[in-house]
Amino acid sequence: MVDAPTAGSEENAADAFLQGGPSLRNASGPYFGSYGGRWMPESLIAALDEVQDTFEKAKADPDFIAQLKDLNKNYSGRPSLLTEAKRFSEHAGGARIFLKREDLNHTGSHKINNVLGQALLAKRMGKTRVIAETGAGQHGVASATAAALLGLECVVYMGAEDCRRQALNVARMQLLGATVVPVTNGSQTLKDAINDALRDWVSNVEHTHYLLGTAAGAHPFPAMVRYFHEVIGAEARSQILEQTGKLPDAIAACIGGGSNAIGLFHAFLDDASVKIYGFEAGGEGVETGRHAAAISLGRPGVLHGARSYLMQDEDGQTIESHSISAGLDYPSVGPEHSYLADIGRVTYEAVTDTEAMDAFSLLCRTEGIIPAIESSHALAGAIKIGKRLTEGKENPSDVTVIVNLSGRGDKDVETAAAWFNMLDEEGHVKGTTLSTRKPKGPTERTSEAAVDVNEDQN
Amino acid sequence: MTEEFASKSAAAIDRAKAEGRAALVGYLPAGYPTVQESIEAGIALARNGADLIEIGIPYSDPVMDGPVIQAATTEAISNGFRVANVFDVVAGITAATDAAVLVMTYWNPVMRMGVDEFARRLAEAGGAGLITPDLVPDEAHEWFEASDRYGLDRVFLVAPSSTPERLDMTVKASRGFVYAVSIMGVTGTRTSVSSSAEDVVARAHAAGAERVCVGLGVSNPDHVREIAAYADGVIVGTALVAALRDGGVDAVGQLTKNLSAGLGRAAAEA
Ligand SMILES: Cc1ncc(COP(=O)(O)O)c(C=O)c1O
Repeated sequence: MVDAPTAGSEENAADAFLQGGPSLRNASGPYFGSYGGRWMPESLIAALDEVQDTFEKAKADPDFIAQLKDLNKNYSGRPSLLTEAKRFSEHAGGARIFLKREDLNHTGSHKINNVLGQALLAKRMGKTRVIAETGAGQHGVASATAAALLGLECVVYMGAEDCRRQALNVARMQLLGATVVPVTNGSQTLKDAINDALRDWVSNVEHTHYLLGTAAGAHPFPAMVRYFHEVIGAEARSQILEQTGKLPDAIAACIGGGSNAIGLFHAFLDDASVKIYGFEAGGEGVETGRHAAAISLGRPGVLHGARSYLMQDEDGQTIESHSISAGLDYPSVGPEHSYLADIGRVTYEAVTDTEAMDAFSLLCRTEGIIPAIESSHALAGAIKIGKRLTEGKENPSDVTVIVNLSGRGDKDVETAAAWFNMLDEEGHVKGTTLSTRKPKGPTERTSEAAVDVNEDQN
Repeated sequence: MTEEFASKSAAAIDRAKAEGRAALVGYLPAGYPTVQESIEAGIALARNGADLIEIGIPYSDPVMDGPVIQAATTEAISNGFRVANVFDVVAGITAATDAAVLVMTYWNPVMRMGVDEFARRLAEAGGAGLITPDLVPDEAHEWFEASDRYGLDRVFLVAPSSTPERLDMTVKASRGFVYAVSIMGVTGTRTSVSSSAEDVVARAHAAGAERVCVGLGVSNPDHVREIAAYADGVIVGTALVAALRDGGVDAVGQLTKNLSAGLGRAAAEA
């Protein structure tokens, strides 16, 4: 790893990199420059050591690698496609935009890559129970899926506000046999779900693995979660070379905790010609204070086990983040991103709710793909950089950009319908409530789970 | 343990020891329900038998705390608590009593103020040191320097899950006393004291710790009696916070009196 504990030497690291210096692809933690580490209760250190040790051994074990490859191929459906978005590209200055289709993975997002890896590790450690936090519900669904597949008990902590926003995913998790615990502390979103998951873990660590869903938290999570997602960038790099014969000019991803982004970025970190962009949630606009742009506007602090950029007040209290996207509604970010931001290798910018929803709509209508609202932040960012990079270019189509389409938008249909004013006062999709016939079929047999979900929506 | 200078926490524990008993450590959050009342509650703790007082800084993300303390600290924050108020609370209690007053805090508020600045102000307020539930010695370089500079105690935690190597390292890094977590879990009252507590204390003593106090789940005089038989101090938190919540400062005094009845070793052997 590139060791750069002070601001001064971080600049040197960037210079060294640009002059063909040491690779940025070997950062194994616990520190990324001055970020990362283990700011954790002593009670959990032994468990973190066990995860780290199991992970290191698994990485070196051909059986484990084969098992993971097999699941990625025959269960998730990897490799995911790299799709050129031709009509969408016209709105991005004519740059050729390619979508890395993580939305096509089983369960509908990149989250499955990490979950399968960690669930296999949980089995190796002899754990019988996994717990997870979830924001958008995608990581919860992926965890519930892997738990069902491997015969593990699964409990998912989810902010009550997110349960409401992503009710469909709550039902999916329940159908998959997981228990969903709505978290009513604090902002009732992702950070509070992580707090409760950590409290559960410290109490049940003997038989429970905490299946953290993003490249954040205490060592070894940032490095380990990245490892399981590196397949995204590895595939994308060879696919773009095959389809265009050259490396892309830029790559882009949305940043919640940073897992889909670091998964894509990793393969390109040493390709100095490739510009790398991370798009944070700008919420209602960074000037309003209602956003989740930790790198753009935060300052370093510790939360959930790692030192990283953090939205905090003058007292070091965490500031609640805001975003239309549950999966990006997190006030910190994985530590490797903080490091990559400081050394200037990756550029992080904020995208507002409105910009993201415009891009969401555009992709639906130009490509026939409904993206996750999280991923729509990357799409909005790609429009901006496409325009920037093609400016004054004779042949804008020489410019190529890869966007990580981290997930599909089915879970977001309700949020989108409300945003685009498609609902009547009752909350029904306009034009769908004209029938006067009584609904037929076994309505009495509606399961309790489904009833709960309906109540949540009200 | 390093003891280049007089540790206030060690002195308080040793005074109890000289009386043939374990020390009682009482926890309350600063600013709950208000800054002034938290000072009064701290004084009531000391006047009714607490030898050491642990003042918690309310924090937005208290991952080691159960529902009772979470609710109290959340209320303190919404009542306008600011981190710098903790120095007023410490100064208010140390001015009125001779208990050793430590601050228990998650690490980010300290980092935000600056570790050196925080330590300087704590020492000025008469504080004994810090208990740090989410700071392990591995990450504590800055705190080592600052605590040495201002003569403050460094109370790190050991847990049933701590390996012998980590226990050794943590005992060496600590000053004042070592905080033995009785159970794998978060703060909250429990019906019985985990049997793992005695084992952790024995291991910490064997690793060279002169003073080991046990906390998490200790809520009544029976628990105190049980732990006082093998530990140098007994830490009570949630039960006191619940008493303050339900019965105000007087209830804190009453409960402290009841708890301190369990401290004598003779009583434990009887
Ligand atoms: C589809 C999708 N993309 C992105 C994210 C953000 O997470 P990360 O930054 O870890 O990729 C989420 C999180 O829930 C998600 O569901």
